[in-house]
Amino acid sequence: MSLLSPQSGEIPLPQPGPISEPYWQGCRDGVLRFQRCLDCRAATHTPALLCAACSSRSLEWVESSGNGEIYSWTRVWRPVTPAFVTPYVPIIVAMEEGWFILSNLVGCEDDAVAIGQAVKVVFHNSGGADDIVLPYFQLVP
Amino acid sequence: MGHPFRDVAIVGVYNTKQARVLEGHDSQSIALEAALGAIADAGLEPRDIDGVVGGIASNFLYQSRIGPAWRSMSPLGIPAVIEGAMAIACGLANNVLIATGEAGSYRQHASTAPWTRPTNEFVAAYGMFTAAEFALMARRHMHMYGTTPESMAHVAATIRNNGHVNPDAVYFGRGPFTAADVLESRMVADPFHLLDCAMTSEGGTALVLTRADRTEDTAKMPVYLLGGGTDHYGPSYQHPPVWDLGGVRRPDLIAGHVGRRAAEEAFAGAGLGPSDVDVCEFYDPFSFELIRQFEAFGFCAEGEGGDYVMSGVIEPGGRHPITTDGGTMSFSHGGASVQLFQRVIRGVQQLRGECISSQVHDAEVAMCTGGGSGALFTDVLLLGKERP
Repeated sequence: MSLLSPQSGEIPLPQPGPISEPYWQGCRDGVLRFQRCLDCRAATHTPALLCAACSSRSLEWVESSGNGEIYSWTRVWRPVTPAFVTPYVPIIVAMEEGWFILSNLVGCEDDAVAIGQAVKVVFHNSGGADDIVLPYFQLVP
Repeated sequence: MGHPFRDVAIVGVYNTKQARVLEGHDSQSIALEAALGAIADAGLEPRDIDGVVGGIASNFLYQSRIGPAWRSMSPLGIPAVIEGAMAIACGLANNVLIATGEAGSYRQHASTAPWTRPTNEFVAAYGMFTAAEFALMARRHMHMYGTTPESMAHVAATIRNNGHVNPDAVYFGRGPFTAADVLESRMVADPFHLLDCAMTSEGGTALVLTRADRTEDTAKMPVYLLGGGTDHYGPSYQHPPVWDLGGVRRPDLIAGHVGRRAAEEAFAGAGLGPSDVDVCEFYDPFSFELIRQFEAFGFCAEGEGGDYVMSGVIEPGGRHPITTDGGTMSFSHGGASVQLFQRVIRGVQQLRGECISSQVHDAEVAMCTGGGSGALFTDVLLLGKERP
């Protein structure tokens, strides 16, 4: 068993673009944001110009509760690059507002992961040229 | 209206030597070797080619001075074959060469291969690469249907044993394997063990398409495109690989079943169904993908793929033998695009009856596929001996 932590090595970091900058600025401010359609109210992630449900361009950024549950997971033992400490646990989280996000599970033993478990977002300052703060998730006790 | 590909035939196929490392080659040189091999296999000369598909085939176009000629840049497997066939069917070319190859691009093995980890904003920081992407799909299926690592390991052992007996496979003679061997290999991305995963290697491959009324001049038995289709949900490896990802036009078709529409179109074009398929040259980046494809294509019901692959159908001599040269697990995985053509190459070889190992007796219909659910796309091509 191994306690899962945010990666601290020289991992590849995102380079925010004009569409995604509000998302990454939210992370810097400690809030997880997604886009909601002003026409049909559907949630969209990853950051987009079009609503995933109705193709409307009328999207607004709103704050997520940060709560969701684990939808799927894997546990990686062969790191994608040497910068990643193994094991690490990629997860897809089904957020309670009806959108999916890909992240890593942290703050627990690696064998504690299971589909359906409640999780909450936590933020980790990864730095880099764009002052990136990455959203991770931990189990809700 | 007649069949859209009635006037098209595949008349040349060729794989270069495939190896973990091809000393003295780069991607251009091995692809050109493949191109010349496929043209010779067809009984043609370079000057007969008047259309090419793929960036590297474009180099052949220049070196052999066969221009001006028709060209497409589509490099990725079955869509390229369909595009070449369309060029002939539309009268844009008479003899189309499709060629690709890769060598020398992956020699530093501390990181996973470059084609497994495209840079992207919402995935890369979380350590994702192809094995993890496909594992997220497999894990969801295990949760919903109780699919077991043993059934996946059985798929991997079956394909690896096909490579074990194939003298052209990179891992020829490296078996035989049992499912237990697969389960005992080290874990890569749970539930995938090392032997559940594709290898990395180098090689070239090519094929030649011709107008069907010209096949009297060609050396080998023509093979025909009975039907095909391509299903894509967007760019691979940039967004969460969600099994239930749906679309607005066909909400019943989710990403977990990608390839279903393509297979329906291919079968409709051919006037055939799954029971007519004699050999399943299915793309095998990870063992679970075969289970998923049998469900997506309608060989069995949703959730029953694990039991289906354990029922004796996928082995040599079974009703639907899979990936008969050893696939990407044992034959070769030559990079970003090479292996995406090699299911089609093998399908042609099966219908010609010229396989030096695991030849399916009297194979009439081959189903060739590419892609997979972790990549959010699946392409399908049905090949046959009878002109449609």
